[in-house]
Amino acid sequence: MQYRFKKEGGILYVQTEGEIDMSMCDEWRDAIDNELGRSGLRNIVFDVTSVSFIDSSGLGVILGRYRKLLARGGKVAVKGANEQVYKILLLSGLAKIMEVSPACKQAVNRVGGIL
Amino acid sequence: MAKLINRVESRFFSIAENVALSRVMVAAVAAPLDLLLSQLDEIKVAVSEAVSNAIIHGYEGRADELVGLAIEHWEDRLTIRIKDNGVGIQNIAEAMEPNFSSCGDRMGLGFAFMNSFMDKLEVFSEIGKGTEVILTKMLQEETTESNKG
Repeated sequence: MQYRFKKEGGILYVQTEGEIDMSMCDEWRDAIDNELGRSGLRNIVFDVTSVSFIDSSGLGVILGRYRKLLARGGKVAVKGANEQVYKILLLSGLAKIMEVSPACKQAVNRVGGIL
Repeated sequence: MAKLINRVESRFFSIAENVALSRVMVAAVAAPLDLLLSQLDEIKVAVSEAVSNAIIHGYEGRADELVGLAIEHWEDRLTIRIKDNGVGIQNIAEAMEPNFSSCGDRMGLGFAFMNSFMDKLEVFSEIGKGTEVILTKMLQEETTESNKG
């Protein structure tokens, strides 16, 4: 698992690659929280386009950031979920409390934007 | 009675890095079976949750304990056993309930995912002795469906 940050338009983009499980979750969470603290941003978009696997440990980090930012009036969204990631986001209930878009929808939107 | 075709068994340290190892092992044994890619992904999630539970809850984060993983390919099913000799579960029914309000970043959805993604989930536990989780995926019926749930 690898990740990097991008800040644009008041949003912290967390671009993550690979498999998200408990082995990297503490580091991932701390890095995101540090970046939020440093930047003062209140909105996160988790870009999971290149994430091939996620389990409840990874979802827990997303939920934790959601709770933290909600208290500050911020928002969290997840973009680019593949089939497995999207299914687990739906099943977990996260898709009910935050915007979650599957990879195909994002692609459709992009195509729609061009046309 | 269904015939046992393959059995792979291993024990590994209760460290987080081995959660991915357990997924790889299960995926390798399950790869030749007639499973959809989405079913394989679901099995990997269930295994990941069970092994994570053994490390986090069973052994309470201790890194030098052993987690057992046994993968059995039967004619009609794939059975995966995850065993720890940790603290055990006081109330299995309660532990299996989704707990969205759990503290910190833990979602309390491990058993819910195992239950949703597998055809059968069995949990045996004894306080002070450990826990065994048995995950079963039926092979014939499931492969005729395009997706489950």
